[in-house]
Amino acid sequence: MLMSYFASLNPVNLVNALPSNVAQGLIWGVMALGLFITFRLLDFADLTVDGSMATGGAVTVVLTTNGWNIWAAILVATLAGICAGFVTGLFHTKLGIPPILSGILTQIALYSINLHIIGSANKALPVDKYNLILTSRNIPHAILMGFLFCSVLIAIMYWYFGTEQGSAIRATGCNPSMSKAQGINIKNMELIALCLSNGMVAMSGGLLSQYQGFADVNMGRGAIVIGLAAIIIGEVIGDAILGKHMNFIGRLSFVALGGVIYYIVIGIVIWLKMPSNDLKLFTAIIVAIFLAVPYLRAQSKNSFRKAAKRGAITLASNDTGKED
Amino acid sequence: MLEIRNIHKTFNPGTINEKVALNGVNITLQEGDFVTIIGGNGAGKSTTLNAIAGVWPVDDGSITIDGVDVTGLPEHKRAKYLGRVFQDPMTGTAATMQIDENLAMAARRGKKRTLHWAVTSKEREHYRELLKQLDLGLEDRMTSKVGLLSGGQRQAITLLMATLQKPKLLLLDEHTAALDPKTAAKVLSLTDKIIAENNLTAMMVTHNMKDALAHGNRLIMMHEGHVLLDIGADEKKLLTVEDLLQKFEEVSGEQFASDKALLG
Repeated sequence: MLMSYFASLNPVNLVNALPSNVAQGLIWGVMALGLFITFRLLDFADLTVDGSMATGGAVTVVLTTNGWNIWAAILVATLAGICAGFVTGLFHTKLGIPPILSGILTQIALYSINLHIIGSANKALPVDKYNLILTSRNIPHAILMGFLFCSVLIAIMYWYFGTEQGSAIRATGCNPSMSKAQGINIKNMELIALCLSNGMVAMSGGLLSQYQGFADVNMGRGAIVIGLAAIIIGEVIGDAILGKHMNFIGRLSFVALGGVIYYIVIGIVIWLKMPSNDLKLFTAIIVAIFLAVPYLRAQSKNSFRKAAKRGAITLASNDTGKED
Repeated sequence: MLEIRNIHKTFNPGTINEKVALNGVNITLQEGDFVTIIGGNGAGKSTTLNAIAGVWPVDDGSITIDGVDVTGLPEHKRAKYLGRVFQDPMTGTAATMQIDENLAMAARRGKKRTLHWAVTSKEREHYRELLKQLDLGLEDRMTSKVGLLSGGQRQAITLLMATLQKPKLLLLDEHTAALDPKTAAKVLSLTDKIIAENNLTAMMVTHNMKDALAHGNRLIMMHEGHVLLDIGADEKKLLTVEDLLQKFEEVSGEQFASDKALLG
């Protein structure tokens, strides 16, 4: 039975699926770059993204099917994401709601709003009728566009977070007390970062809806976990490759690459014929493993068990010393 | 330069944890005054500094810095008048950012954060010179993350950050208390040097009576949320730790209850 299982796995299928995994990974790379702003730079676990991802897709599909130019549609989708981030920011900075809860509230609210935007639970975006930025029909082109989006966003982020304002956001995330003492309005910085982050997430949602040819109110469900997976996989691999030479642009590049690696791994899992119902379970396991790796590595260098062994050796050598 | 009039602050009013922290504090500083503030635990020393910095609003009274009433200004808006160094070396700097980025952040205190580069190459040269004067070898590590530095190095950088843009008032909140004695002495002498060179107005909270006597031109002793003694330059020069303790007992009718202050 095991033999027949392995015999049924065709390596050609895996290779054939690879390009579409890369294309999807790059689209999620855009999302991961957006999430990076809140999760890493601002130190704010923003759950808004599950909603703003779907908002981006919904706005893009509705506007495009109403005859809008696709670039105008994705721009408006990005603005919609910025508004979503702004609402989460207001919940947190003006109403004193804790970060995670602020994000959850906006996310839940967006579910209804997204239903209103789409008009139903989902809506198709016929690929042949519209001139889209990317589609799954032309995967090499989709990879190229995904790569361009990631590259341009990385360049913009590299510039922005090197400016006075971008540094102020980084300082706010790192040390709020110090930031206030240096005259930084930390609430404004949190608002700006949440807007930028969710704008990028919605942009990613807009790209994804074009790639898959529809928008769905549930398309953002679990987005935060996939985004985190991309960030963490990218960082772990980036640190392993670049080590001390890791700089900001390298980090951003590996975050985007993390999205690609995540989708390749998912591709392998599907190729292994794992039931698609279990994909989210598998995603959670991957993220848990990558989150645990840095911790366990630090622990292994710094464990009581090893200290006990070293201690035992010291004791033993002292004992023999006495006998001599 | 600084005028504090009758400020009050009660924490957790109406609860079982109610604590009257400031109970009518009045302090006036002239330009160039360097005042050391001592007192037991809970006397209101750090609370006074936090009130000036605007960490929270005071319940009553007014605070004026160089003619500007700042009583209603939030912390980040008062920052342009103030340089601050904290007790915990971790508080004053951003650990995940580079030394030059931290300095540049402080150089823009009170200014709008624009989309210009956070650190210019001209600034870097300036910072290199300033760091060289600290004599800690930091001028060659400007792109190192501050989190890699020792507590003493971080306090020295925080001190530099606080004075990079000349503040109307420098607030030092037990800034050497978390350092080992040798490093503390080094940071203190650096403090003296920077204050003297820039002719700064400064307030330094300390637990150490010897330090309080050896530094500055004025000494304030606080007790239970108000100013107990305010000693001017001439009298301060002649004062010893024993005199201070005696004065404290005379005025407050209590024993001074901090061993740390005696042993330090």
